[in-house]
Amino acid sequence: MTQANANHVFRALSDPTRRSIFEELTRQGEQTVHALTRYAGVSQPAVSKHLTVLKRAKLVRHRREGRETHYRAQADALAPMVDWLNHYGAFWRDRFDQLENLLQRMEK
Amino acid sequence: MTDTTLTRTLVIEREMPHAPEKVWRALTQGPLIQEWLMTNDFQPVVGHRFTFRSTPVQGWNGIIDSEVLVVEPNSRLSYSWGSMGLETVVTWTLTLTKGGTQVRMEQSGFRSETDAAYKGATWGWTKFIGNLERVVGGLD
Repeated sequence: MTQANANHVFRALSDPTRRSIFEELTRQGEQTVHALTRYAGVSQPAVSKHLTVLKRAKLVRHRREGRETHYRAQADALAPMVDWLNHYGAFWRDRFDQLENLLQRMEK
Repeated sequence: MTDTTLTRTLVIEREMPHAPEKVWRALTQGPLIQEWLMTNDFQPVVGHRFTFRSTPVQGWNGIIDSEVLVVEPNSRLSYSWGSMGLETVVTWTLTLTKGGTQVRMEQSGFRSETDAAYKGATWGWTKFIGNLERVVGGLD
């Protein structure tokens, strides 16, 4: 995942209403736009706009059923932020250097 | 919930020209640990719960929750390493060599990214997402 993707995700979640819609989807599973509108307490067009931004960041997926559109959270989209293995690879190499520095300064 | 047993392990090894006893002190004495790793309230006692703390950075609150799992003086030390939905175990193994000590660090228990994210969905969200605001503040 590139940094640009991570920034995309961060930006999508920077808005409190959008974040709360996304959190609701992770808690409740799939929800209709109607249910999300009731939950968010803003107008349906506003909710739809927020969902579009979340969709662009690949944080949610949707499917149509009759007149209703259902949305669900795509937790994989957070992968750019939880690339722990890479993070810790760099982290420990740096700490090994510092450990060696310390050992050189220590008495026998 | 998916119950996957698939985990990944990070291994870093390096030979250091110092005796195992000396390396052991650097790994197990709080003030020394602080010099190369992080501030801590570590005690070399199995079952001791402690935290490592460092300056929060982008996407990370800087706090590691740990519990001492294994203490075998001068040879093996293991503690859990948990942070923001990540649950891993760090194990240090010291082996005497001609030139000093082979220092091996193994961090195990990294789950697939998808699973980590789903796990986050069940309990880590508030904490995780709370950090986003600060992170976003750092973007143009």
